[in-house]
Amino acid sequence: MTSITIDSESSAPQGGRVLSRSQIFWSKFYRHKLAVVSLGFILFLYAIVLIAEFVAPYDPFQRHTDHLLAPPTAITFFDADGDFHLRPFVHALKNELNRETFQREYMVDTSVRYKISLFVEGEPYNLFGFIPMDTHFFGVEGDGKIFLAGTDTLGRDLFSRMLFGARTSLFVGLFGLAIGFGLGLFFGGISGYFGGAVDNFVQRLTEFLQSLPTLPLWMALAALVPPHWTPIQVYFGISTILAVVGWTTLARVVRGKLLSLREEDYVMAAKVSGVSEAKIITNHLLPGFMSYLIVHLTLAVPQMILGEVALSFLGLGLRPPAVSLGTLLIDSQNIQTLVFSPWLLVPGGLIIIIVIAFSFLGDGLRDAADPYRS
Amino acid sequence: MSTSVIQPTDSIESTTAPLLEIKNLRVVLPILEGDLVAADGVNIQIKPGKTLGLVGESGCGKTMTAQSILQIAPKIAKTSGQILLHYADRPPTDIVALGKNDPELLRIRGGECAMIFQEPMTSFSPVHTIGNQLIEAILLHRTSDKKEAREIAIAMLDKVGIPAPAETLKKYPHHLSGGMRQRAMIAMALSSRPRLLIADEPTTALDVTVQAQVLRLMRDLQRDLGMAILYISHDLGVIARMADEVAVMYMGSIVEHAPVRELFRSVKHPYTKGLMGSAPRIGKKSGEPLATIMGNVPIPINKPTACGFFPRCPVGIAGICDQVVPPLVEVAPGHKSACFRYPQVLAAAGLESGTTNE
Amino acid sequence: MLSYTVRRLGYMIVNLTLISIVCFYIINLPPGSFIETYSTQLDAAGSPASQAQLDYLTARYGLDQPLYVQYWNWIVPLVTQGDFGYSFEWQQPVWTLLADRLWLTIIFSIVSMVFVYAVSIPVALYSATHQYSFGDYSVNLLGVIGLAVPNFLLALLLLVGSAKFFGVTPTGLYSPQYMNAPWSWDKFVDLLIHLPVPVVVVGLAGTAATIRILRSQLLDEFQKQYVITARAKGVPERRLLMKYPFRVALNPIISTAGHLLPEIVSGSTIVAIVLGLPTIGPLLLRSIIAQDTYVAASSLMMLGVLTVVGVVMSDILLTILDPRVRMNRTN
Ligand SMILES: Nc1ncnc2c1ncn2[C@@H]1O[C@H](COP(=O)(O)OP(=O)(O)O)[C@@H](O)[C@H]1O
Ligand SMILES: [Mg+2]
Repeated sequence: MTSITIDSESSAPQGGRVLSRSQIFWSKFYRHKLAVVSLGFILFLYAIVLIAEFVAPYDPFQRHTDHLLAPPTAITFFDADGDFHLRPFVHALKNELNRETFQREYMVDTSVRYKISLFVEGEPYNLFGFIPMDTHFFGVEGDGKIFLAGTDTLGRDLFSRMLFGARTSLFVGLFGLAIGFGLGLFFGGISGYFGGAVDNFVQRLTEFLQSLPTLPLWMALAALVPPHWTPIQVYFGISTILAVVGWTTLARVVRGKLLSLREEDYVMAAKVSGVSEAKIITNHLLPGFMSYLIVHLTLAVPQMILGEVALSFLGLGLRPPAVSLGTLLIDSQNIQTLVFSPWLLVPGGLIIIIVIAFSFLGDGLRDAADPYRS
Repeated sequence: MSTSVIQPTDSIESTTAPLLEIKNLRVVLPILEGDLVAADGVNIQIKPGKTLGLVGESGCGKTMTAQSILQIAPKIAKTSGQILLHYADRPPTDIVALGKNDPELLRIRGGECAMIFQEPMTSFSPVHTIGNQLIEAILLHRTSDKKEAREIAIAMLDKVGIPAPAETLKKYPHHLSGGMRQRAMIAMALSSRPRLLIADEPTTALDVTVQAQVLRLMRDLQRDLGMAILYISHDLGVIARMADEVAVMYMGSIVEHAPVRELFRSVKHPYTKGLMGSAPRIGKKSGEPLATIMGNVPIPINKPTACGFFPRCPVGIAGICDQVVPPLVEVAPGHKSACFRYPQVLAAAGLESGTTNE
Repeated sequence: MLSYTVRRLGYMIVNLTLISIVCFYIINLPPGSFIETYSTQLDAAGSPASQAQLDYLTARYGLDQPLYVQYWNWIVPLVTQGDFGYSFEWQQPVWTLLADRLWLTIIFSIVSMVFVYAVSIPVALYSATHQYSFGDYSVNLLGVIGLAVPNFLLALLLLVGSAKFFGVTPTGLYSPQYMNAPWSWDKFVDLLIHLPVPVVVVGLAGTAATIRILRSQLLDEFQKQYVITARAKGVPERRLLMKYPFRVALNPIISTAGHLLPEIVSGSTIVAIVLGLPTIGPLLLRSIIAQDTYVAASSLMMLGVLTVVGVVMSDILLTILDPRVRMNRTN
């Protein structure tokens, strides 16, 4: 079977125009609509969490003591009389004890309306840590409260906490990935480059690590994080732990690709025709390698995120008051609470969406990078 | 040539009824860059018991044409035209028109027409024994008796010169050398006594001495069993040894077609000339450099309406060759060519012959 | 064949030794002696340990000696007498805590593997033979979701859903009356009734992953020359599919068992914690939090042993089934 992807350098044949490697890559990638949407979503999300202070209506630690475990606030355009209002608004929530179940219940007070506005003034904060501001992207006027995802057991706004949690988790993912990437490149690189005994040793080591169940290993390693560490230290500690267990796949990928690339016909051909070593690496090896690496890195990010979530959920990862998608789920461990306040699982929904977006993106990149798929 | 002596006047449209007739075959592969026309209006006939050689540079569409005969081209390929398989006692079947699960198609595949491939290393399933795969073919087309099928299998392996055939049945493909595997492949293809054997570069992956043995084997088997062969190769030397008639293919089209002696005596297409110049041949003075055809093999995507060879042609006529597709017509008795340097071709395309300097 | 098996078993012993060293170091890495941890624990509980008890423990584990001696003193009774040490929290030998849970973990993992293959093989076959059909797209989409939903979240959803709609939370692996009962037929049946929910929860991700792998394997195989050869000789499509690509693609599946088993053991750890299954996972978590070090090390080690042994078994099976692998490995 002949592949029709031909390097851009080869002379254009008469008749048909042959696309270059990167043109083919992008045109295939754009055909993968889900991947394009996912890429947009991921970029959007990273942008949002960087300015979480601005987007979140409340401080993540602010306790709304009248609104413990309040359900998500409904946003409506129609008031109690059925009249339409152009500006959406929310109603007030009243907190009552149900005398039969002895559960606290929230009643919507439809007589009170609070309009939703953009760019409202609220709690002061420092954007990016140094720009003092007090404008929030949205909020309600007056005494009204808006909890898009409800509140937790301490009355903190889950939506705001999710933004901050996503920030932590998304960057733990990247940070763990960077460490794992370094380790994987190092071990895969020496393995593929030196071969022989070094290769054999690294192979055995990765095989060994891969044959161990990941989560228990993470759990045991997480126990090594001293309890007196600051949240920042814990943060880096956990990232490192995720990476130490997770570098093996990448090392295998790097090694396998290095070995196979060395044998590729086009590299041979370049060598034979006297192209310099540096040029071979930049023109031939790197492009083939980069797309491959990017695909694997994309698919590895969600693994890191899920690792952090699992560990924090078990109480072994990041610890409150640190906010991450995992720590937000700790509250939902109590089934009784969860049955009455199912919105506590909303951060879980965000996790799922993030992971799905990364996998679609990874799939799209992989299909686009695969020269044998049209 | 062990099979027949070709008379110089032997015309392509001789009275012998053809066994297989390919009429106006077009195979289009829709790919990212556009439509890749792997076969563009191919017309060839294969006569019973004779060998037609199909020759051309790699990528010119030989395999796609051959695979269309058995409907085994890649799924994305769109095939049109007619492939007629003739019978002595009933009307011909158009293979292109058969549905993919038609019992008639399954009977033709491996039964009427068998095929052997270029890659002896990958042509057998690696996880089944040779015997398993060989006997399967026999059970499909020859007999339903397992014991008899086994005997036929052993006889066939013996016939293609595999030592210890009974033991070979129990072996896996990776136990055999490339040459032995190709012999087993031939045994499998011929076990059903097909009327046509399609051989797609069967010796390209073998080394030279083994190649010579396999070629001799195929000629001997043709003499004994009397099947027709469509022999595909990029190597004119091999074609010269194997074929009765030769069709030269370029960019999906047949550009020259003649009996083998006639072709080698007087080439009537610049592409064929180029092919001959680039083939290493005995008798060529050593030290004489091999001529090569200028330029690369083009990829037939969004083909222009012109002679496909024009950009590489040393004798191309600007204003004609780059404007009109040359038709394939007889330019000498029994010898067809698609080159505008022949007035017959110009006439067939509706152009005046005065414009050339022929 | 035999020499390969012997070599593979040799590697396994090396790996088991490595596991034991890793576990041992995890015991010893946290600063401070665990005897101190233990005595402070007992102090806090209001029943201080006697000096004799502490001395006994120090001597038993040779804490005054170099690390490699300590390792030796720990591993020898473990291998020769099955003495995994002592649980400070439960005041019992570790093995009595671990034994039942180990068996349940093994049973649970095997049942989950069977579930994964039983679902993924037919679905992947369907998906690959109907590439780009509606069914194929749905399978792909479900697969992506299956891989994205953390299994503990799925377990939580199930718990909430069943509490809402049926008023019960399906936790544990037995009904209460069998919890501490000795093994009997009824208890076994009770176990079988409780298995499906956790098995599905744990198996979902593995199923999705296996479908993906097998589907792309099959699609790759469809392109191979030997499939074209078989088609060219007139083998009907359906038979062709079952006999050739499926058979060849099955080998990687068996070798994925080596990845699947660690994944299942890993996933079942957290699901078992959420669903309260009496397997090793919850014991591991609890011992890690309570710094019950011998229990933690032993639990971790048993999980590691389980997967390493399982992977070796699947490797040997693969060698038996695939003549190519057999050839490569035996010479
Ligand atoms: N599976 C395929 N997908 C896309 N293009 C193909 C495929 N197989 C062959 N081609 C293209 O079709 C043309 C004809 O190929 P082929 O018939 O294999 O040539 P030949 O057998 O003469 O070397 C070539 O340009 C080749 O690149
Ligand atoms: Mg070919």
